[in-house]
Amino acid sequence: MNRINTKLQEDKKLLSIYFTAGYPSLNDTATIITELQKSGVDMIEIGLPFSDPLADGPTIQKSSTHALTNGMTTETLFEQLTTIRESVTIPLIIMGYFNPMMQYGFEKFCAKCQEIGIDGLIIPDLPIDVYHEQYETIFKQYGLKNIFLITPQTSEERIRYIDNISDSFIYMVSSASTTGAKSGFGDEQKEYFERIHNMNLKNPQIVGFGISNHETFTQATTYAKGAIIGSAFIKYLNQNKSTDINSFTQNILQNPL
Amino acid sequence: MNTSYNIDKKGYYGKFGGAYIPEMLFPNVEELRNSYLDIMSEPAFQQEFHDLLRDYVGRPSPLYFAKRLSEKYNTKIYLKREDLNHTGAHKVNNTIGQILVAKRLGKKRIIAETGAGQHGVATATVCALMGIECIVYMGEIDIARQAPNVARMKMLGATVVPATSGSKTLKDATNEAIRDWINNPVDTHYIIGSVVGPHPYPDMVARFQSVISEEMKKQLREKEGRELPDYVIACVGGGSNAAGAFYHFLDQKEVGLIAVEAAGKGIYSGESAATSALGKDGIIHGSRTLLMQSDDGQITEPYSISAGLDYPGVGPLHAHLYDSGRGEFISISDDEAMKAGLELCKLEGIIPAIESSHALAVFKTRQFQPDDVVILNLSGRGDKDLNTYINYFDL
Repeated sequence: MNRINTKLQEDKKLLSIYFTAGYPSLNDTATIITELQKSGVDMIEIGLPFSDPLADGPTIQKSSTHALTNGMTTETLFEQLTTIRESVTIPLIIMGYFNPMMQYGFEKFCAKCQEIGIDGLIIPDLPIDVYHEQYETIFKQYGLKNIFLITPQTSEERIRYIDNISDSFIYMVSSASTTGAKSGFGDEQKEYFERIHNMNLKNPQIVGFGISNHETFTQATTYAKGAIIGSAFIKYLNQNKSTDINSFTQNILQNPL
Repeated sequence: MNTSYNIDKKGYYGKFGGAYIPEMLFPNVEELRNSYLDIMSEPAFQQEFHDLLRDYVGRPSPLYFAKRLSEKYNTKIYLKREDLNHTGAHKVNNTIGQILVAKRLGKKRIIAETGAGQHGVATATVCALMGIECIVYMGEIDIARQAPNVARMKMLGATVVPATSGSKTLKDATNEAIRDWINNPVDTHYIIGSVVGPHPYPDMVARFQSVISEEMKKQLREKEGRELPDYVIACVGGGSNAAGAFYHFLDQKEVGLIAVEAAGKGIYSGESAATSALGKDGIIHGSRTLLMQSDDGQITEPYSISAGLDYPGVGPLHAHLYDSGRGEFISISDDEAMKAGLELCKLEGIIPAIESSHALAVFKTRQFQPDDVVILNLSGRGDKDLNTYINYFDL
């Protein structure tokens, strides 16, 4: 079974962390991944930086620009990940925009992911119909899950359609926005979380966008299976060493250990 | 009109086009896709659109026989005078159309991107006309170098927001406008300024600009007793004036369509915006098209002396015209364009926008027959470019 699906069966709320590959330093990738696993994170999204990240707010934009300036490329990322599965067992997902994957050659990209041990992809600007008509067989051939987004504006009919063609989890965007930490969730979000929960979808949902601390993590996971933190972690990396990740994770989880 | 050069039901021109957008944008784009053709075909909409084009913009724009220019190049040259439109360029045809669509969709807030500021001014103008809030995203670098247009937008009541991400120019202003739309999914309409972006934008903008070629046909019949010219020439940045000038001739293969791109300091100089020569198939701003990018798929920054041609992609219609061979693509350098612009001043008493000067330079590089009828779309006037002309020629 795909590592993502195995993880989703665990009886706990999942914490997934996003980081931009090549940031803060070009060769931090493997260190960040191993430290995140050590700190108790359940799943990792490795951001493949892009020059024009449309769905991202200022924090991830800046980290992407920085990573590209550092020299990050698709090929470099794959090289950095060659031996990652010798030490890392949690699910690894690559999140990136479609153009760099297209230029690499999409099938070659997927084959490389399988070889390394990547479990899934999140490609915000690959439309569902194009995926379905042109790329679904490639995903399946290389054992990759394609993870789709829904937002508070997504219609019920479309959510059902997305649920139907998904086979891992649904990435539930917390509000109509680009990525980035918000101060907290209001009634509107809570109503949305509840509404989706009550749809009894076959795929569990993991909430992303706007989660930055223990409080928002708890709110997001009241109904959902887990939550994803990106911008807040990037900000943490601005001020802390890549080897010093444990305190970030512990702050979010606040496990009574 | 349903030809292989026009858009198909899924929003593609050949393999180019589509809507490669994040899910957050899907409801906005879907709403527009489902309604734009119905709205545009309403008789009341058409009436209002054409009344405004006539009484506010000053259409039809003249088709002017350029006698001295024709003599010099030994062929028959007509200039389609989009430079005489209100706000000084073809851009306003599209903003008038889109503001009327936005009103019918009940939108209360307009956003737009701008490079040189022409589309920003045209958007601010129609927002003032309709009393709707207007926010224009403009690269920080462009704000510094296009001060008069920034002032115009402010005078017209628009808020100009600097785009500080990436390379701080047009493509980043477009990213910022798209991000604004993601964050304001209900009450906001995004007026894109060219035939770029996700479907249905390339088609919608081309339809609004198609008034240019519609008029050309009528006017040419009056002047030459025929509707079809031998050639239509237009400059291409994103490609909206060319889309409008080509639109009603796409089907007529006897009409040569000449698209002129900016070669900047030379196609292979590293400072160029010649997308057809340098671009590769990819995704930019939600559209699959030709774009300038690194081997790794990162979008690169173009260069042209003309801010209006300074875009790393080209609309999907033009990518298809290039790919299929229907369009003839020519690249013109800064220097060739500047000289051709100055030549039009001396020969015809018309100061063209530097964008349009690129199209004019084609006569120096390409031969036409003496009895060829050539229409050149003079997309804008050169007032906004005076400083560039002054500095370039030491006037």
